[in-house]
Amino acid sequence: MKIASKSISFLTLVLVLLTSFSVYGKDGAKKGDPVNTRTEINEYIQHHLKDSHDFHLFSTFDDNGVEHHWGFPLPVMLWGENGFTAFMSSEFHHDDDGTVVVEKGDSRFVKLHGKIYELNAGEAAVQFDEEHHAVNASKPFDLSITKSVFGILLIGLLMLFWFSRLARQYKNKQVPTGFGRVLEPLVVYVRDEIAKPNIGESYRKFTGYLLTVFFFIWILNLVGLMPFGFNVTGQIAVTAALAVITLVIYVFSGNKHFWGHMLWMPGIPYVFRPLLGIIELIGTLVIKPFSLLVRLFANITAGHTVVMSLVAVGILMQESLSATGSTIVSLFLSLFIMLIEVLVAFLQAYIFTTLSALFIGMAVADDHHDEELHDELGEEIEDTEVIRKNFT
Amino acid sequence: MSLALVQEVAPMFPNLVGAGLVVIGGGIGLGKIGGAAMEGIARQPEAAGKIQTAMIIVAALLEGLAFGALILGA
Repeated sequence: MKIASKSISFLTLVLVLLTSFSVYGKDGAKKGDPVNTRTEINEYIQHHLKDSHDFHLFSTFDDNGVEHHWGFPLPVMLWGENGFTAFMSSEFHHDDDGTVVVEKGDSRFVKLHGKIYELNAGEAAVQFDEEHHAVNASKPFDLSITKSVFGILLIGLLMLFWFSRLARQYKNKQVPTGFGRVLEPLVVYVRDEIAKPNIGESYRKFTGYLLTVFFFIWILNLVGLMPFGFNVTGQIAVTAALAVITLVIYVFSGNKHFWGHMLWMPGIPYVFRPLLGIIELIGTLVIKPFSLLVRLFANITAGHTVVMSLVAVGILMQESLSATGSTIVSLFLSLFIMLIEVLVAFLQAYIFTTLSALFIGMAVADDHHDEELHDELGEEIEDTEVIRKNFT
Repeated sequence: MSLALVQEVAPMFPNLVGAGLVVIGGGIGLGKIGGAAMEGIARQPEAAGKIQTAMIIVAALLEGLAFGALILGA
């Protein structure tokens, strides 16, 4: 019965996805047109790394040699000069050069290199200057559900479902069932290995955030590696938002020792204190979040670029190795990089969470370091004695 | 090398040399961290977990620095 209801819901999901499946015909690109392979590969990698307004799965050529793109459209929501507008991105017919003009009320929109522009009043088509920038159009405030936003919402809902289910299970019994058994050790790991040692006594308050950010980054990293997945953690806006949340948390939970040590460091000559205060302030408010956001973004972007480049080896080396040989070489190379990327996906989530915990721990640490050190040493001596006793 | 190729590559030269310098610096740093951690674990295998955590944190800080330089340079 349970299995039946599960398979029915799965079938419904597949049907919903299939009915929204659409195909776009686009003139211009014809089969057999001369292309520069290197430029094509470069554009393809750039396109893969960027966010977009629709899901592009694959392209085919029909009998007339016209290129067709297969994928799902996503909703476009804009706040332009004439107020709020919403439509599906399929109205652009997969155009990315500003040739298709979508008219909604008094506004006209075009899509150009993945960004939507609103034409100025009275203009019928987009015009470019020498550097191929639009001259007679402005960018509206874009609230669209893009690929990344879709990914964030999907994973957010999934996490809400998984973890609320896990939390509910503890009300009845101490042992979780089903997928909760996979999640429980991970939750305990984040609490015991990341939150407790780095934050200290008041770890409970921050564990919720650390767990959320850990699973969010890890799952999205893995989704980014999947075929047809979306590269969300490789968007600098996403990592910047995560870093800013960490910044806000540790700035607002900082106690007086934290601010005192930062702005007026005790124990050094008075002359240097303001200077050190400025350096510490910049370090805390700018450099720490900047390093958090750049590390995640650059790691994921670099990983994706390497994987895509190794796949491209299969196309570039066709002449010297034949189709079969180059495919084997590129598969072999990308397989091992892919395995490293699976490790990196976990490692980056772990590092982001650990450093967030470390920064929060610095902000909430009490001012009796000596006592703690003494306690720790005492405990360790005790431990060693117990071990020795058991040993002999 | 033809003149056209030189003219094409020449403007990228400072960036490429900068990227190389960043990688050299990062490599030295990572080598020192990894070497010290190995030594520490060899001397005291029971502290391997703690050493590893500290090593990963320092390596991550270094990596952030290097990536920051690479992105600002690119």
